[in-house]
Amino acid sequence: MTSLATKPGISLSRIAIYTVLILAVLLYLVPLVVMLLTSFKTPEDISTGNLLSWPTVVSGIGWVKAWATVNGYFWNSIKITVPAVLISTAIGALNGYVLSMWRFRGSQLFFGLLLFGCFLPFQTVLLPASFTLGKMGLASTTTGLVFVHVVYGLAFTTLFFRNYYVSIPDALVKAARLDGAGFFTIFRMIILPMSTPIIMVCLIWQFTQIWNDFLFGVVFSSGDSQPITVALNNLVNTSTGAKEYNVDMAAAMIAGLPTLLVYVVAGKYFVRGLTAGAVKG
Amino acid sequence: MATLELRNVNKTYGVGLPDTLKNIELSIKDGEFLILVGPSGCGKSTLMNCIAGLETITGGAIMIGDQDVSGMSPKDRDIAMVFQSYALYPTMSVRENIEFGLKIRKMPQSAIDEEVARVAKLLQIEHLLNRKPGQLSGGQQQRVAMGRALARRPKIYLFDEPLSNLDAKLRVEMRTEMKLMHQRLKTTTVYVTHDQIEAMTLGDKVAVMKDGIIQQFGTPKEIYTNPANLFVASFIGSPPMNFIPLRLQRKDGRLVALLDSGQARCELPLGMQDAGLEDREVILGMRPEQIVLAGSEPNGLPTIRAEVQVTEPTGPDTLVFVSLNDTKVCCRLAPDVAPQAGETMTLQCDPQKVLLFDAQTGERLGMAGQTQAEGRAPNVAQFKGR
Repeated sequence: MTSLATKPGISLSRIAIYTVLILAVLLYLVPLVVMLLTSFKTPEDISTGNLLSWPTVVSGIGWVKAWATVNGYFWNSIKITVPAVLISTAIGALNGYVLSMWRFRGSQLFFGLLLFGCFLPFQTVLLPASFTLGKMGLASTTTGLVFVHVVYGLAFTTLFFRNYYVSIPDALVKAARLDGAGFFTIFRMIILPMSTPIIMVCLIWQFTQIWNDFLFGVVFSSGDSQPITVALNNLVNTSTGAKEYNVDMAAAMIAGLPTLLVYVVAGKYFVRGLTAGAVKG
Repeated sequence: MATLELRNVNKTYGVGLPDTLKNIELSIKDGEFLILVGPSGCGKSTLMNCIAGLETITGGAIMIGDQDVSGMSPKDRDIAMVFQSYALYPTMSVRENIEFGLKIRKMPQSAIDEEVARVAKLLQIEHLLNRKPGQLSGGQQQRVAMGRALARRPKIYLFDEPLSNLDAKLRVEMRTEMKLMHQRLKTTTVYVTHDQIEAMTLGDKVAVMKDGIIQQFGTPKEIYTNPANLFVASFIGSPPMNFIPLRLQRKDGRLVALLDSGQARCELPLGMQDAGLEDREVILGMRPEQIVLAGSEPNGLPTIRAEVQVTEPTGPDTLVFVSLNDTKVCCRLAPDVAPQAGETMTLQCDPQKVLLFDAQTGERLGMAGQTQAEGRAPNVAQFKGR
């Protein structure tokens, strides 16, 4: 293949490859472009032009209206996601630390059962969760949603950390114990500083999951405590009045921006963290 | 600084599982260097982990000084350990690695700084103090790992195969350095290895282990010259001792081992004359260096004529392999001896130095050629096959 690359000019196969790639990129970009274009159009513009036409007047009215409608729910989502992500990651890290380095009798079984949680469909836990939340007096609150997300996320976060920590040699913990460090000191001073990649993976994963969650949000919240995904659905699905697609699109963009941002900022850690265990000898 | 005594230590991982350690009994004096040596899976690392307190024992007692530490947690035993993988904390600098144990023990910072400086000077790692372990070579990491142990000034050092991750040249260098260090510091040390050369060169006392049992415990010299059984004899020494299975006979009232090289037979009268040995299946053990080239003058020792199969010049010696009783026998001869394959050599071996082992149990028979004073009654344990 190197001989091909060194040839001057552009070969036919290269043209074909790039054509296909560019087409694929365009195909993937179309929805985003349509959303962006539509969000900056006026309703009249939308009804007269086609999906991909440039707005005749660039108007921010859709974004302003959308923000006015969803901003309360946006903050709800933040209030739910941030604590839920932090708590589930912290507990997952501790769980993983125990399950990989302080094995106890039955810890394998324990881990197996916990793994089972990764495969449970959301729907199966709806009723028991709603019952529990009711008993705890957390029904229809953001705190309740935080609780549900933490519990549901633990299976994943524990799995992430446990699998990362099994690749850390036991001798490190032994050495620290001989140095006089206890359970939490070892965790805080030795293990956590080594965990940056997997913490990033866990944060991104949990953030995306919880922010994008719709089912738990729609079931366990009502009115003022709803997350933005539910609010967006309510906005888009209203049957009264004229359809304001520019507002819908802007609201959808607002709902999607934080996860996009997280990927842009921390994406490189994500790939690094996922492959970190594999690279180690 | 302290003595270490293991009293009937046992370890098993569960009912029905084989014992990992069986009735381990040994003691070393203050400042002594103890080697635990044996093949992988013999329990030597488990024993070390038990001494460290990283694993609990299921019977017996471990005494450090006058104190029974069996139930104490690792941090209260006042020991330091160097691991095979070094186990340096990867996110900390060399300085922080060395300081860690001292900080946990709440030593004042000025004292810590002094201690780090002392250790760094001792190990010549002053210029590395601000680096991370990942930026160091294997040998440097090894020094830092030792530094971390030295800084604490514990009662006992434990070394778990500290040299086995180094390349051959560095390993020999560090071995000498460790011995030097121990001569200077005189701290009681337990050192686990599977390398019999490390065992011979470093230890004041050596415990040879197999299947969770101490096969023999003694000075390196005792273990080399007076092995308790076939296993110890075969494990210690390089090239290993030659073993020739044969049947003893009695001729003219003397016990005789008949060696047959195919061309000539040799009657080897033995130093030991214990009754009941004739017609016994035994294994005769000779160290390669005990076989010498016969001189032109008769010296009273029996001669063995044998055909050379292979010659391996190693530099300082030439290893010559001959066939005796259909067994390949290695002779360690002078480097200027260079026989060709097929050549016949006349060899000699002092029958007083030949060892005999029971062919069934592998136990040493009698004390051939050894005075009782030299061979302190070895701690013989049951031997199961080779």
